[in-house]
Amino acid sequence: MTEIYANVTAWLSNLQPVFFVALPYVALFTFFLVTVLRYRTQTFTYSSLSSQLLENKNHFWTMVPFHYGILFVLLGHIVAFLIPRGILAWNAHPIRLYVLEITALAAGLLTIVGMIGIIVRRMSNSKVRLVTSRIDTLLYFLLLTQLVSGVAVAIFHPWGSSWFATSMTPYLWSLVKFQPDTSWIIGLPWLVKWHIINAFLLILIFPFTRLVHILVVPNPYLWRKTQVVRWYGRE
Amino acid sequence: MNVRSQVAMMFHLDKCIGCHTCSIACKNIWTDRKGTDYMWWNNVETKPGTGFPTKWEDQEKFKGGWEKPDGQLVQLKSTSKLKVIGNIFHHPHMPSMDDYYEPWTYDYQNLFNAPEGADQPTARPISMITGEHIAVEAGPNWDDDLGGSPVYAQNDPNLDGLTEEQKLQLFSVEQLVFFYFPRICNHCLNPSCVASCPSGALYKRGEDGIVLVDQKRCRAWRSCVAACPYKKVYFNWFTGKSEKCILCFPRLETGQAPACFHSCVGRIRYLGNMLYDADRIEEVANLPDEELIEGQRSLILDPNDPHVIDAAMKNGIPEAVIESAQESPVYKYVIDWKLALPPHIEYRTFPMLFYVPPMAPVIARRRESGALDAVNDELFHDIEDSRVPLQFLANLFGAGQQGHLVYALRKQKAVRWYRRALTVGDVSLEMAEQMLAEADCTPEEADAIYKLTSLCTFEERFVIPPMQREQALASLSDPHEAKASAGFGFLSGPKRGS
Ligand code: SF4
Ligand code: SF4
Repeated sequence: MTEIYANVTAWLSNLQPVFFVALPYVALFTFFLVTVLRYRTQTFTYSSLSSQLLENKNHFWTMVPFHYGILFVLLGHIVAFLIPRGILAWNAHPIRLYVLEITALAAGLLTIVGMIGIIVRRMSNSKVRLVTSRIDTLLYFLLLTQLVSGVAVAIFHPWGSSWFATSMTPYLWSLVKFQPDTSWIIGLPWLVKWHIINAFLLILIFPFTRLVHILVVPNPYLWRKTQVVRWYGRE
Repeated sequence: MNVRSQVAMMFHLDKCIGCHTCSIACKNIWTDRKGTDYMWWNNVETKPGTGFPTKWEDQEKFKGGWEKPDGQLVQLKSTSKLKVIGNIFHHPHMPSMDDYYEPWTYDYQNLFNAPEGADQPTARPISMITGEHIAVEAGPNWDDDLGGSPVYAQNDPNLDGLTEEQKLQLFSVEQLVFFYFPRICNHCLNPSCVASCPSGALYKRGEDGIVLVDQKRCRAWRSCVAACPYKKVYFNWFTGKSEKCILCFPRLETGQAPACFHSCVGRIRYLGNMLYDADRIEEVANLPDEELIEGQRSLILDPNDPHVIDAAMKNGIPEAVIESAQESPVYKYVIDWKLALPPHIEYRTFPMLFYVPPMAPVIARRRESGALDAVNDELFHDIEDSRVPLQFLANLFGAGQQGHLVYALRKQKAVRWYRRALTVGDVSLEMAEQMLAEADCTPEEADAIYKLTSLCTFEERFVIPPMQREQALASLSDPHEAKASAGFGFLSGPKRGS
C-alpha cells in the first residue's frame, strides 16, 4: 500500500513540469486566443444564459450566495497576487490574520452552498435541466471541485493568506514573466497543488463556457447617458 | 430644438373585433422559434381583465416604468446605477414563466397511434419546453371575452378607485361589458427598457424611433424585462437574449405596413410619422401626473410650421420624411382632433402608440323601465353615466384623470350623432350641430373624422415615411432568408452560447 502511494507521488512529482509549467501556458494561451476569437466571430454567444425566467424561486437562493461568495474569494486571491506585501503587513497582527482567514472561509462556504444549490436546481427542475449543456456539466463539476479543494485547503492548511503571498505569488509572477519557477510551490501539499491544477483547468475551459459573461460585465452603464440612440451609418 | 422623426401608431378601439388576427400574423413571422414560443409581441386583451403577462399593470409587483418621487427628478422604478449591480445576479422584479404561461402543443400523433381500446384516444397537451405532458393551467387570453371572470376581470389593476357599486355594475350579468385592448411595443419616446439595460444593448433608432435589442450585445441581465411597464420585452429562454417587437422594420423599410397592421381585420390600426423635440423629453418627463398628456402633446411638433421644417432639415431629416409627417393620420387623431390618448401615461415612458378610447360601452345604463334612452336634454349625459365607469377608462388612458378622456368621448359621440342626423335623419341637424359645438368640433372636422375613421383606404391608414435607412441594403436581401432562425439583425446563425 505505502509502496503504491510512494509510486504515485513519485510519478506525479515527475509530472510537475507538465502541471505547473505546460498546463498554465496552454490554459492561458487558449484563454486569450479563444475569448477574443469567440467575441469576434460568435458575439451572439456572449451571454450569461440566465434561467431566471424558467425558475424564479430557488434562483435567488442559489445565485446570490454563489456570486457574492465567489466575488469575495476571487478578490482575495487577486489582492494577494497584486500586493502580497500589503497582505503580509495586515497579517502581522494575529487578530487581523484570524479575521481575514475566518471571513475568507465563510465566503468560501457561502460559495459552496450556492454552488450546490445551483447544481441541485439544475438537476431537479426539468425546464432548467433542458437548458443545461454538457459543457455546463463539466464546468459545474470543475467549479465544485475547485470550491471543495479551496475550502479544504483553508481548513487543513490554514494561514493561506500568508503563505499564498510568500509562495504562490512569486510562482504566479514567474509565469507572468515567462521565467517559470516551480521551486516556489514544489514543497506545497498535494491538496494545494490539486487546487492549483484545477484552477488552470478552469481557465482552460473558461472561453468555451458561459463564464465568458464575466468578461462583459456592464461597467459602461455607470457612466453612459440614460437613453441610447443609434443612427444608421453613424457610430 | 432637436427635431427627430418617429413612426407613431394609433389603434381605434371601437373598431377592434378581438379576432387576434394581428397576433397570429406576428407570431408566424417573428416568434415561431424555440425560446420565443411563449412570446406575443402583439397580443389582444379583454378589458377589464388581467392581461398578458398576468397583471402586467401592477407596478407594485413588477416595478416597470419611471416614477417621480415628490421633489425629486424622475427615475426608473426598478433599477438605478447602483441597484443595477445588486440586481444583476437575480432580478427581483423579473416575471417568471408562470406569469406568462408554459407554452404547449398537443400530442396529436396519439390520435393515430393509440392502441385499440375501449375509449376514444385523446391528444393530451405537452409542454413545448420540456416535451412532457402538462396540466394546462393558464395561457394567453385565458380570460378572453371575460372568460373566467370574476377571477380575472376583478383583478384588473385599473379597477382601483372605483366604488363597489361601480364594480358590481361592471360585472352584473345582464350588463356585462368589455372591450378589446390590442397591444404591441409602444416604441416609447422615453423608453425605460433602453434606460435600464446594463449593457446598452437596447437602443432607439435615430431615424424612425423604433426601439430594438441589439442581439449581439444583450447579455441576459434581464433589466429591460422588468423595466418595461408594458411588459413588451420578452426573454428568450433558449438563446439567452431579450427580444421585442421590432415594428416589422424590414417591412417598413420596404414600404410595407407592419404585419399586424396589414392584417388587421377591423382596420383599427393607423401608422404615420410625427416630428418631435428630443431636447424637451426630460423636462416633460418631470411634469406632475395630470400634466403628462398635455406635456407629451407639446413634444410633438407641427410639421407644417416653417420653423419646425427648418430645424428638421438642419437635423438632417429628409424632405420626404417631413412631407410624410404632414400627411400622418396619427398626427390628426392625436394633435388635431385630440381623440387618441396614450395608454398609462403615468408610467412616463411616453408611448408612441395612441388609442381612441372605446365608445361602444359608453351607452347609458339600462333604466329601471328597461329602456336605453340615449339622448335627453343633457346631450352627453350618458357619457358621465356610462356602463363602463369612466374612472376605469381614465385609469387606463388618462393617468386617473377624466378630462382628456371625456373630451375624446364627447367628440366621438357628437360626430356619431351628426352623421346620424345627416344619413338617418331621426335626430335633428340642429341638435347635432349643437352637440358638435359643445364637443369643440366643427362640421368640417366631423366630416374629416368620419372619413378617416370609417371610409379610410389602406393608403390613408398607413402613411409610411420613405425609409432612407438601409434602403439599399434591405432591397438586396431576401426578407425570408432568416425566417425561423433569428429573423432579424444578422445572418450568421444565432447559435445558443454554452
Ligand atoms: S413599450 Fe416598448 S419602447 Fe416602451 S418601454 Fe416597453 S419595450 Fe421599451
Ligand atoms: S386584427 Fe385588428 S381587429 Fe383583430 S384583434 Fe387585432 S387589432 Fe383587433
